[in-house]
Amino acid sequence: MFKILKYSFYDLARSRWSYIYFLFYLVLALVLLFLNHDLSKAVITLMNVIIVLVPLIGTIFGVMYYYNSREFTELLLAQPIKRNSIFLGQYLGISISLSLSLFLGIGIPFALYGLFNSAAIWDFSLLLITGVFLTFIFVALAFNISLRNENKIKGFGYAVLLWLFLAVIYDGIFLMSLILFEDYPLDKLSLAGTMLNPVDLSRTLILLKLDISALLGYTGAVFKQFFGTNLGLFISLAVLFLWTIVPTFSILRKARRKDF
Amino acid sequence: MSFRIQYGWVCIAFLFFQMNLKAVEVCNSCPISSIQKGINTALSGDTIWVKKGTYKEFNILVDKPLTIIGLDYPVVDGEDKGEILRIISDGVTIDGLFVINVGTSYTTDYAAIRVVRSKNFTIKNVVLENLFFGIFLEKSSYGKVYHNKIIGDAVDEYNSGNGIHLWYSHSVEISKNIVQGVRDGIYLEFSDSILVSENISRQNLRYGLHFMFSNNDVYSNNEFENNGAGVAVMFSKKIKMNNNLFKDNWGTASFGLLLKEINDLEIIENVFENNTIAISVEGANRVNYFNNTFKSNGWAVKVRGACYSNLFQGNQFLNNSFDVSYNSRINDNLFEGNYWSKYSGYDLDKNGIGDIPYRPVKLFSYIVNRTPETIVLLRSLFIDIIDFSEKVSPVFTPDELVDNKPLMKPK
Repeated sequence: MFKILKYSFYDLARSRWSYIYFLFYLVLALVLLFLNHDLSKAVITLMNVIIVLVPLIGTIFGVMYYYNSREFTELLLAQPIKRNSIFLGQYLGISISLSLSLFLGIGIPFALYGLFNSAAIWDFSLLLITGVFLTFIFVALAFNISLRNENKIKGFGYAVLLWLFLAVIYDGIFLMSLILFEDYPLDKLSLAGTMLNPVDLSRTLILLKLDISALLGYTGAVFKQFFGTNLGLFISLAVLFLWTIVPTFSILRKARRKDF
Repeated sequence: MSFRIQYGWVCIAFLFFQMNLKAVEVCNSCPISSIQKGINTALSGDTIWVKKGTYKEFNILVDKPLTIIGLDYPVVDGEDKGEILRIISDGVTIDGLFVINVGTSYTTDYAAIRVVRSKNFTIKNVVLENLFFGIFLEKSSYGKVYHNKIIGDAVDEYNSGNGIHLWYSHSVEISKNIVQGVRDGIYLEFSDSILVSENISRQNLRYGLHFMFSNNDVYSNNEFENNGAGVAVMFSKKIKMNNNLFKDNWGTASFGLLLKEINDLEIIENVFENNTIAISVEGANRVNYFNNTFKSNGWAVKVRGACYSNLFQGNQFLNNSFDVSYNSRINDNLFEGNYWSKYSGYDLDKNGIGDIPYRPVKLFSYIVNRTPETIVLLRSLFIDIIDFSEKVSPVFTPDELVDNKPLMKPK
């Protein structure tokens, strides 16, 4: 497995897409900090970008990589290597290289602008953690889609649709249902709705740091317990972890049974 | 002859000493071993020196103009039996006592120091601990409450009292006090012409400062921090508030400042930081908000209705989750020349004023007003999209609620 991970990782490290991705974040963070020296404000802006862009790039990259390396995968399958290690290796390879691009791309400018002496370091590390989680989750989802679709166009279509759904449409439906059922107690529903979408979940995690004062404005015992204590942080992180684990197992299950 | 004159002088001096400069000493081993005895033996205008020690007394009655000074903070222990000091005479000064263990009652407002129908009193350098009510001014005026420290340990609202309580008192100066851990830090009811300045009121169960039916008052340079529900100003007019700090008032029913049924108010150069709601306004008219700073609050200004002719000028709105929230479409308030950290316009003529107006009310704040649970969708991409479309063509938010001269840079 580690050989394949290493191979995938180096393969991607040599590809220019990783560099473009890395440079994009580098330039974005540098420009943000250049225009505005306030680190915590830059964290807020970056959060909006990361929550939308990281899933998009994760899905597209995942699908693209799978289809591109399909022939090589078939070659590997002919060798006496476990299927688990092939697919897990590829998955981890791509997720780690994307995470690294993100990590370095944002990390370097912030470090240059004195992150380590600033109070924003916790908000920033939370931002990076959620970014990394989102990368792992969406690459896994992309692998699931491409494993199930032989047709490239279809696979890409589903991947983009998945991103669009989780990043935008889901919140629309969520909002409409909350307004529709406003006569009923909704605090549990609204928290459950957040948990079911990794994008919302990451957003909530960052909100816990940035907008805690607004979140506490709502009267509700469940809300108060969730947002007012560290419980919300732990539950969100745990569910994000689940969101990473479950699609990964689904990849392995599908890969074991798939007839190539 | 000369002997006689000399003798006369000595007599006069002696008499003078007797009349005006007589000092009564109270200490645990002195002939006068209790403060009450000291007061009983002293004459009007005397000074009572209370030496270091513990005096287990309550219901001490000060019924003549006296100056009671504690040396090295003598402890007056009420043993939870009731009220400790009651002042019913004009011109009394209390200085440097350490008063503890005021009795708790559900029928009587026992206070550590109560001033009743008196004038020209001064209460300073007093430390109060384990109290019910702290300093209670009842129909008293022209006094000074200066540099006291009130540390309570209140747990429930129903069986705790207020730190500094004014009732039908006027022309009193309350300054440089520290009040914490009581129900309401400073409480004013039917009290006019009061100056509240440089006090620190924090960690109180209910309000840091509570204002009811009190007019022409000024409060400046105070710090209100981490109180159960912040500061409430209700049913009052002609109040001036300036340079105060409202900080960390978090919770579901919590705000930095609550204005309810208020007229002719000036709120100038205050700082509101990390409050759930910085200012909650209801039925406030002709209020001027000038040069205040709102930083990292959940809601900077939440207008609940019936607010007319309010003026917001030169304020800074920095990183608040919601800048202004309205629950109606009618607007009679003017926003002009404020700095909004969310403003994304440009300034082509470089005069420091943005060329396109700023709309501080977001559609999402309406949605949250209607269905509070939707707050979990804060900062979602979908919400940004609907906010943007509302900004382009307002349907739900007040049309004319705009800042036509938003500043490009914070002050």
